[in-house]
Amino acid sequence: MNKHIKVIAPGTVKATAQKEACKECQTSCQSACKTSCTVGNQVCQNR
Amino acid sequence: MHVFKFGGKTLALDPITGTLLEVDDLAGEVLKLWHHLTPAEITAALSDRYSVCDLTEALSEVEELAAAGLLDAIMPPEPVPTDASVGQIKALCLHVAHDCNLRCRYCFAGTGDFGYERTIMDTATGRAAIDFLLRSSGPRRNLEVDFFGGEPLLNFPVVRDIVAYGEEQAAKLGKVIRFTLTTNATLLNDAVIEFLNDKQMAVVLSLDGREAVNDRMRPLADGAGSYSAVSQAVREFVERRSGKNYYVRGTYTAHNLDFATDVMHLYNLGLRELSIEPVVGGAGESYTLTQDHLAALCREYERLADFYLAKRDEGDPFNFFHFNMATYGGPCFGKRVSGCGAGCDYLAVTPAGDLYPCHQFVGQQEFAMGTVFAGVTAPSLVNEFSRANLYRKPECLRCFAKFFCSGGCHAHAYHSNGTILQPDALHCELQKKRIEIALGISAFRSVQ
Ligand code: SF4
Ligand code: SF4
Repeated sequence: MNKHIKVIAPGTVKATAQKEACKECQTSCQSACKTSCTVGNQVCQNR
Repeated sequence: MHVFKFGGKTLALDPITGTLLEVDDLAGEVLKLWHHLTPAEITAALSDRYSVCDLTEALSEVEELAAAGLLDAIMPPEPVPTDASVGQIKALCLHVAHDCNLRCRYCFAGTGDFGYERTIMDTATGRAAIDFLLRSSGPRRNLEVDFFGGEPLLNFPVVRDIVAYGEEQAAKLGKVIRFTLTTNATLLNDAVIEFLNDKQMAVVLSLDGREAVNDRMRPLADGAGSYSAVSQAVREFVERRSGKNYYVRGTYTAHNLDFATDVMHLYNLGLRELSIEPVVGGAGESYTLTQDHLAALCREYERLADFYLAKRDEGDPFNFFHFNMATYGGPCFGKRVSGCGAGCDYLAVTPAGDLYPCHQFVGQQEFAMGTVFAGVTAPSLVNEFSRANLYRKPECLRCFAKFFCSGGCHAHAYHSNGTILQPDALHCELQKKRIEIALGISAFRSVQ
């Protein structure tokens, strides 16, 4: 445990940067006019 | 690095890797400068406030994280979609009824008719939409159809037919269509409920919260309030599907800046899957949200977060859509960059079978994309939308929230700024606040 910094979640954003998206996951309208959601909320269908 | 406070903790997000840290004040100051200055420059900049010894210690912790790949200032190159995948469609929003039995004052669909005659979709058009989706979906297996309106249950027989036809045709191709439905809950009778439960269809139910708040904005066609019938119907419906596979969504406006109280009201009705969203558009109306409301709205999200954490700790939690976020895991990079997919992966279909980039562009002739019968006849629009990713939006490239937000709503951007590439400023500020809270919540483990 470090003195000044605690890791809450190690980032994984770049881990898939080389692959083309398979687009099997749910579509996510982000507008408030539907139930908007952030992509951060999405589940990958391909793991 | 984006350093912010939540619930008494100081947190730091590395925008490009998504790494989330809890830090002390010193580390927070160091991290703010980390991607811009060398360690020696950081030490010089902060040495009037911290001892060199402490600075060296904090810097070495940061260096360790960077060496492990947890911090990074360099954006990966823009993923360029292959030509084959451009124009492959995976989701449709079917406007089965451009008509509604409510007269919601903030309705972007012009109380259901989208500025046109009140019409409903016929079976032939609905089936043609399914055929269009299946033949346009390329190798994609998981497809989606959302029944939207107006009020889709005004056209229930056609909804039922489209689902049966869609299941049959998709199965022949080894594909699956996931159906969803958004409704004002006024027409949920036994037959409808049985059908929706039998098909395990995810349902979004509209209700704004407290009676006075709801009835001010969501009157029936005859002007009477809709709250008592709708809240009753929603509760019954949720009970009959054992509290699963639904969302109750409300809209807040300038008339209820204390919208956390509306979420609490929905919670007290026994509802546990909740979402409440800022009203869109309506420039100059008394309900319109403006920058002047921003500070109050941010405080209100904080009040809601307190309620959310309190209920979680009491062991009777609820889901609030905008506070759910996988900080670890989540979707792939391509998805984080491209967002909603309007105009390329996702299209809206009018009752007559006309195609638009999404439900918010319906009726705007400059966005007409073809029909379900003839297919997409405006490839230039498909191209424009498929390239409208984060990398083309200067505002987003600078934003800490980019890989959680993915670039916001093209329709708000267009309606506010005349281009799909410049997001709406107010909605960005609200989005960023909600993302900070969602990240903050993940830093608090449940005490249960
Ligand atoms: S919050 Fe706004 S600026 Fe930030 S990524 Fe989303 S749309 Fe872009
Ligand atoms: S453009 Fe906006 S309204 Fe349309 S699908 Fe995307 S996020 Fe939703």
